[in-house]
Amino acid sequence: MKIAYAGQHEKADRSDCMMTLSLKKSGGPDITINSKVKLLFEKAIRKTITDVLNAFSIEHAEVTIDDNGAPDYVITARLEACIKQLIDTELSFLPEQLEQNTIGTSKDRMRRSRLYLPGNTPKLALNAGLHGGDAIILDLEDSVAPNRKDEARILVRNSLRAVDFYGGERMVRINQGERGLKDLDAVIPQHANLILLPKCETTEQLLEVDKRILDLRAEHNIKHEVWIMPIIESALGVINAFDIAGASKNVVALAIGLEDYTADIGVPRTGEGKESFFARSMLVNAAKANGIQAIDSVFSDISDMEALRENVLASKALGFDGMGCIHPRQIKVIHDAFAPTEQEIEKARKIVDAFKEAEKKGLGVVAVGSKMIDPPVVKRAVRVMELAGEKI
Amino acid sequence: MKMVKNAVGRMVPTEINGEKVVPFMGIGKHRPTGRKHAPTISTAIDYPADGDKRVPSLKEALIRSGLKDGMVISTHHHLRNGDLVANQIFDIAAELGVKDLVWLPSASFPCHKEIIKHLESGVVHHIEGSMNGPLGRFSSEGKMKGTGILRSHGGRYQAIQDGEIQIDIAVLAAPTADPFGNGHGLEGPSACGGLGYALADYQYAEKVIVVTDNLIKFPAIPMQIVGNYVDFVVEMDKIGIPELIVSGTTQITKSPDRLLIAELTAKFCDAAGLIKDGFSFQMGAGGTSLSIGLFFHEMLKARGIRARFAVGGSTQYSTKMLEDGCLDYMLDAQTFDLEAVRSMRENRQNHPDISIFHCYDYHGKGNFTTMMDVMILGATEVDVNFNGNVVTHSDGYLLHGIGGWQNCLFAKCTILPLPLFRNRIPIICDEVTTLVGPGELVDVIVTERGIAINPKRQDLIDKVKDAGLPLKTIEELKAEAERICGIPEKPEFTDKVVAAIKWVDGTIIDVVREVKRK
Repeated sequence: MKIAYAGQHEKADRSDCMMTLSLKKSGGPDITINSKVKLLFEKAIRKTITDVLNAFSIEHAEVTIDDNGAPDYVITARLEACIKQLIDTELSFLPEQLEQNTIGTSKDRMRRSRLYLPGNTPKLALNAGLHGGDAIILDLEDSVAPNRKDEARILVRNSLRAVDFYGGERMVRINQGERGLKDLDAVIPQHANLILLPKCETTEQLLEVDKRILDLRAEHNIKHEVWIMPIIESALGVINAFDIAGASKNVVALAIGLEDYTADIGVPRTGEGKESFFARSMLVNAAKANGIQAIDSVFSDISDMEALRENVLASKALGFDGMGCIHPRQIKVIHDAFAPTEQEIEKARKIVDAFKEAEKKGLGVVAVGSKMIDPPVVKRAVRVMELAGEKI
Repeated sequence: MKMVKNAVGRMVPTEINGEKVVPFMGIGKHRPTGRKHAPTISTAIDYPADGDKRVPSLKEALIRSGLKDGMVISTHHHLRNGDLVANQIFDIAAELGVKDLVWLPSASFPCHKEIIKHLESGVVHHIEGSMNGPLGRFSSEGKMKGTGILRSHGGRYQAIQDGEIQIDIAVLAAPTADPFGNGHGLEGPSACGGLGYALADYQYAEKVIVVTDNLIKFPAIPMQIVGNYVDFVVEMDKIGIPELIVSGTTQITKSPDRLLIAELTAKFCDAAGLIKDGFSFQMGAGGTSLSIGLFFHEMLKARGIRARFAVGGSTQYSTKMLEDGCLDYMLDAQTFDLEAVRSMRENRQNHPDISIFHCYDYHGKGNFTTMMDVMILGATEVDVNFNGNVVTHSDGYLLHGIGGWQNCLFAKCTILPLPLFRNRIPIICDEVTTLVGPGELVDVIVTERGIAINPKRQDLIDKVKDAGLPLKTIEELKAEAERICGIPEKPEFTDKVVAAIKWVDGTIIDVVREVKRK
């Protein structure tokens, strides 16, 4: 008899459970519940498991859950993952969808920080949105073990429906190739806001993903746009960055992944970053030439906030608009470092005021003092004001 | 057992372990009468003129103290989870065939699970103090012969002082002592800092035994234990396991979610105008509390202002504040880490040891808590009426003592920074499993998902309403937790009362019942 399992049950795996399932010929469902919260949630857990079995028309089965306080949407994801290991089915068991998880995001919203969440680790997702990042990334790629990809996809799908990310843009990093397309099938109908496409090297890769998203949007009647952020992680990708950025109107940002990039060009990644200077500048220019955002790589030393701050300031100086985070405490440091200085804000306010004044008077030309101001300068000033959280 | 409904609507007995008790009547409603308890008059005739009160063993000291069935034996908890003394007392009692003792610790720790076998065999009848971890589980399953009584730290002092419980023998571990019985915790292999919980024990017990592993020549200074109250001094190889007595270093939390709660708490205090020159505060040694302290420290430093005093558990962080000049006085009843022990040793002037009598006793002529501006506390549960529970978990099991919690509620602003749920269990409920503190004394709940201010504190609401803080009603917070976790079932209990919870004035505020095991 084949036994399916999904999930985790180590002491540190809070909000998760290990689900074990085997199908039987008779005897009805036999559900064993081992849970840290058994005294308070035994009935609820039993009902949840029974509901899922019924939804898949499974009458006879042996189910064991070793639970460490998993919320409902995790329990159902784990059981569905087990079921799909044993039977071939197109059905899904979807948790209730939060209203706030059905809306789209704007193309040029701020993307200073985006917090990476390993897709198969529910304990990190529940509170992720509380830390005020501009976005969260549910990651299906590198942070998920190859043999856990299928269960992670189901969990991420459920998270997109049931977890409140408190206003953070809901991004998903999909896998490469065929598996990535399967990831799209699961997450696009759940209103993912943006898809991160890893190791993007060619426009063909980008267009394949773009097309699948369009098809899925049509099929599932998704009205809002779904953006794409290709991650450039190789020498070829860097060289093709301009074309990739311009390949679809849905590309809103280019991100760079320096671990893979430095490996690709055969050098170690250094703190100073001299080895990636060309790639980073190339990426910024490819993005800006297409009118989209440039996003820097993550900074991996989570204990050194001062080094992170310096890193962000260097990024900002190169023209980047944001960077990835791997720990919630990095968010504030990144936002602070990307924030404009007092002088920048002062200057921007003068420009914006002059623009409004000119508009009011119906003048075609904007001037601050004796200096003529071009439209892109106004646009940048508006951006500075937005970043600073100032009223315009 | 006759049960009556008390002033917070809980059914409580009128008699516990054969003694009459008073149901909780409301805050500030019970007025004690009569005189304090006093031990029998002693005379110097009976004590050695050379001041040497040493006896060869704890066993002999207990025999000479007249150990017999039914006695009340008290200990303090300054050696925390490294205590090697308390268990020995009951091992000796078992060896001597003594039964039905009452253990009155100021707190118990997991290391005291050894007492379970003495509870099972009848050497110990019941515990009055705290029943933590394994002892709590044992009591919750209805296995203790008598009914446990939980008191706050201040309530313990009050009960001993009022004669509500009379100590026959106090066995007091002292990391340093002299042959006369003076003792302190500043030096020695088992150094623990202050001995602020031992005062009631040596003042009011009939017999007092001091146990030490660092005997020095008279005088042991400071006299945190005053030898004139002491009957016997026992020297032992080891009274404690140093690394389990004090942490090498207490640490701020690394959890981003707890840090967020700490940050919100600090922001709230600031918005409410509580962080000002000359303010006072108290907080525990948990990771979240320490982080709040760190945020306070940063604010004080940045603004060049100072806190006047802090009470409580001292740590490396409070020490830093003190030595940085951001805090004038650390009044210390319990010392949590080695840095703080050093500070108490070196900063005699502004880091004095104080006792529970000073900070908490409700039947004194005032106490320190009502003077404090900011009080940071924990809880296992809070209900929509802001009532708090610190002793049982939502599953009904007794797992913690009250500590100073009830006493601390009298501060000017009591703030409970809490995660909205722990392991799928919402912290905010309709009615707390055990009501340990009335909601009218709980002012603010700070969670990672928002801050709820007690509607009774309109003054606080007015102060912070425009500060951009995530203010919510407690019902909104409860609903949010339940959306994420689901609504938990209620634990089931039998009718058997396994422990009573006393309020700071000695009245019964609630009881803990035996958990029905599934």
